[in-house]
Parts: sequence; structure tokens; C-alpha cells
Amino acid sequence: MASPYIETALCRHGDSLTMSFDVYEIRQQFPILSRTVHNKPLVYLDNAATTQKPQVVIDALVDYYSNYNSNVHRGAHSLADEATRKYEGARDTIAEFIQANNRREVIWTTGTTESINIVAHGLAQMLTCDDQVLVTEMEHHANLVTWQQACKASGASLVIAPIDDDGELIIDQYLALINNNTRLAALPHASNALGSLNPIKELTTEIKKRSDNSALVLIDGAQGIAHSLVNVQEIGCDFYAFSSHKLYGPTGIGVLWGKEQLLESWPVWQTGGEMIAEVTYTDAKWNTLPYRLEAGTPNIAGVIGFGAAVSWYAKLDLKAVLAHEEKVLSYATQLAADFTGLTVIGSAAKKVPVLSFVMDRGHPADIGFILDRQGVAIRTGHHCAEPLMNRLNIPGTARASFALYNTCEEVDALFNALKKVKQMLA
Amino acid sequence: MALPSTNDIIEDLEFFDDWEERYKYIIELGEDMPKLPAPLHTQERLVKGCQSNVWIDAKITEGVFYFEVESDAIIVRGLLALVMAAYDQKTAAQIHAFDIDQYFKALDLEQHISPTRGNGLRAIVAKIQALAASQL
Ligand SMILES: Cc1ncc(COP(=O)(O)O)c(C=O)c1O
Repeated sequence: MASPYIETALCRHGDSLTMSFDVYEIRQQFPILSRTVHNKPLVYLDNAATTQKPQVVIDALVDYYSNYNSNVHRGAHSLADEATRKYEGARDTIAEFIQANNRREVIWTTGTTESINIVAHGLAQMLTCDDQVLVTEMEHHANLVTWQQACKASGASLVIAPIDDDGELIIDQYLALINNNTRLAALPHASNALGSLNPIKELTTEIKKRSDNSALVLIDGAQGIAHSLVNVQEIGCDFYAFSSHKLYGPTGIGVLWGKEQLLESWPVWQTGGEMIAEVTYTDAKWNTLPYRLEAGTPNIAGVIGFGAAVSWYAKLDLKAVLAHEEKVLSYATQLAADFTGLTVIGSAAKKVPVLSFVMDRGHPADIGFILDRQGVAIRTGHHCAEPLMNRLNIPGTARASFALYNTCEEVDALFNALKKVKQMLA
Repeated sequence: MALPSTNDIIEDLEFFDDWEERYKYIIELGEDMPKLPAPLHTQERLVKGCQSNVWIDAKITEGVFYFEVESDAIIVRGLLALVMAAYDQKTAAQIHAFDIDQYFKALDLEQHISPTRGNGLRAIVAKIQALAASQL
């Protein structure tokens, strides 16, 4: 698939109407976007934390609980059949969306964090003290602490690849850290704190080559899934982890995608019902994929809601969606450059729509507070990336992150609100 | 500059009707408050909020508490001044008797000391109350 990145000019208001993606029409599908906060229209720019949900997703949840709530896989009745069909149908939808080889490679988890934990938990049992796990300086804690602890438990070494001051991975230094002892390289598709988008396909190829195929590759796709056209087979990685709630679906549900032959023998994560084939008082045999990694009654409503979200999203003209997001980001980046007293943190050449910044006067918490009073929702703090903030020598940032429904008018609203921040903290 | 009394602050804030004026007043109170010198920003004095950090230094002389506080966030610093107006240079009994929740409610600022707010204000209040309790 072609790169999702399309060069775009500066945002001119209204011109989204001429594309095959109409942002104003999309906004109508998100009920929450018409509410007010402190009597101001909500400007929701915290999408890297979680996205809002379109009506079709809300309806799918209500429909499940109103009409066919039932446990899956085990019922001898019509509701159970219906629930199971919808539930497994969602697995097909997502397998197709990320171009998995087959549906057995899609494991339901509670989210990116659990997906990474399943892999780290298994890997910890295989690592020896000669082994290395490679991560980057830009990790979210979910893709750092997991490996750090797996290394601690096994005696393996955690190797941290550096980034430059723009927040970009230093590719030659990254590649130089790979060797025959590299058992796994975990890296983010995109950084949640800085926006930097990593060339995961090219890196995966190089990781495999330089490690003589000894290294597994796990992509933390939490921030990538909603801002690029993910094709897991083309990337060539072994695992890709993501969360529903960052892709317009419900919270509490996510996916671990992995290559079938790896997942087939991966150490089981949790044990209990659903994941077994045969049980005696003294032993148990595991079920086949995907169930062997899915213990207990799953988040059925979450899965169905996620399926509805992906069905809805996949029907959009995704190239136009990504081009729109890119346009909103470049407009915001331009306004940021012209705004005195504001410094953008993270200016990688390729970014997901994230604008992190600090101001000469005012802590990120002050900025967040004053923006909130004006209806503008952003995230402030270390963004679950404390070591990264230390590396950049800042206590944290204010972060505006965009989704497909954000407009250039909202970017204007953000910068108008920032003028007030400057005024009040002067 | 000495801080106004809690009653004066309540009266002053009632006078403003828009949020901007209110917070400007709070920010100014924070700015007028003496700074906790940087060398005293130590780990033992740190109260980590998830949004911003606050530091507190406490001394007790002849039964009266003297506090110095600091925050890396400007608005939190202002809110700390409101807390200091209540607690600084007071005895353990006075601190114990003061209803801080009622006070923030009267200021219409109770959101800032709610336990879910990650600015360290609640933690500072708890720390001061514990110090006072240990002297009772
Ligand atoms: C890059 C990255 N990785 C992992 C996560 C964790 O995702 P979740 O909390 O949905 O498990 C996030 C969420 O913010 C993230 O941005």
C-alpha cells in the first residue's frame, strides 16, 4: 500500500468540502461534538488519549444490550448464537481491516497495554542473560515498563535506541544496536507524546536482516492505527498491538495481532474458561487460536462496538481522511510557528496529527486549565512517557491531538484560546 | 506581603463575576507569596501531583506553624496561596478546626481540591492536616 502521507498545502477553510471526505458531515455523526463546556462549544483536541464515538458505535452497544445480550460460544439458544455471530463477525472485520493472514491471528485483549503484556509475559520465559530487547527513547510506558520488567525477570538487557532533538529516531544508530542477540525489537508506530511516525516497514526489514532473523518485531500501534493504512503483512512485523478506543470504538477492548505460527505456541497468558480444550483435576490442554490466548468471558459489547467502529471507519475514503488530518496538522504547525512564546516539541518530518508544545510562561497544567475554561480540551503532562520528558529536559508538554472530525476552525479556536493563556499568565 | 485573611479572600472573589478576573486575582495572590528558595525544592519537600509538582517546607515555633510552599504551575501556586491564607502561622488546633472543604466551596473552587484533581493541592492539604494532628 502507498504511504499514507500526502503532501498538502496550508489549510484553507471550507475546502474540505471539495474532497471525498466532508468533515462537517462527519461531525454530525458524533453526538458529543455538539455539547458545550463552560458555556463554550467543545473543541475536543485530546484524540491521542481517546477518540469520540460515532452514533453507529453507540447504537451497536445499545442494540447488543437491548436485543441480544448473551454469553458467547457456549449457549444452546438463539440469543447466544446471535451474540456469537456478531462477536466473531467483528473479528473478521478487524482481520480484514489490518490485512491479517487469517482471523485466528486476531486476539481480543483489553487494549494495547494488555496486548504488549501478553507478548512480554511470554518472552520473559524465553529470554536468557545473553539476550537483548531493543526499545526506543520515545516509548509510552506501556511499551517500556513491560520490556524492562521482562528483562529484569530474565536477566536479559534492555537496549534503548536514541532519538534526535526533533524527536525522530536516529536510524543509523538504531540499526547499529541490532545484532544476533536481539530477541525482540519493540517500537511505536508513532509517538503519542511527539507525533513522530516511524518507518516501521523499512525498520522491520532491517531488524530481521541484521539479527539473522533472531529478533521478533512488535509494533505498538496505539497511535498508528487511526492515522495510517495498516497492513500487517506488508509491514512484516510479528506483533502489532492496538486499542479500540483510539479508533472511534469503545474502551476496554483492543487487539493483539500476531503471526499464526508464533501465537500457536506462545505461552498462555491467563488460564481459565474458554481457553482450554480439555481439563482434568491435574492437567489441562489448551484450546486452539485465537481462544488459547483469550481466557474467560470476553468484553462482548466492546468487541461488537469495535467491530461497528471499524466497519464504519473502513468505509470512509481513508486516503482523504488522512490527507484531511495532515492538513489540519500542518495548519496548526504553521500557526504555532507564528505564535511567539510557544515552542513545538517534536518536529519529525513525518508525524501523526499531534502538536505538543511548551510556552515560555506557564506550566503545561496552566495552559490546559485556561484552555479548558474556553471549551478547548487538550492533554497536559508527561503523556505516560516520563523517561522521554527527562530526555528532552522538560517537565511535560501541552498536547493538542487531532482526529478526522477536527477542523481548521477548531485550530483557530485553539490559538485564540492560547492568546488568553498568554494574557493571563503574562 | 502578608496574605489577606480567608474571609477577605472570600469577599474579594465574590466581587468578580467572570472566571478570568477570578483567576487573575488568584494568580496575583500566588505571585505576592514569598518564593520557596530553589535549594529547598528537595525530594523530601516534594508532593508529586500527576499534573504539576508542589513543594512544602514546614516549621513549628512555639506551637505556631510556618509554611513555605511552591509549585511549578502558576495557577496551582495561586491556589496554594489560598491554602496558606488558611493555614500559615496558625496553631495545630486552629488548623484542625478549619474546614478547608467548606472554604473552597465558599470560593466556588471546590473542583481544585477534589481528590481526582492531579495538582497536588489535596495532598498538600492532607500533609498539613497530618502535621497539625501530630501536634494535638
Ligand atoms: C503509544 C501508546 N502506546 C500504548 C498506549 C496504551 O494504550 P491503552 O491505554 O489503550 O492500553 C498508548 C495510549 O495512550 C499510547 O499512546
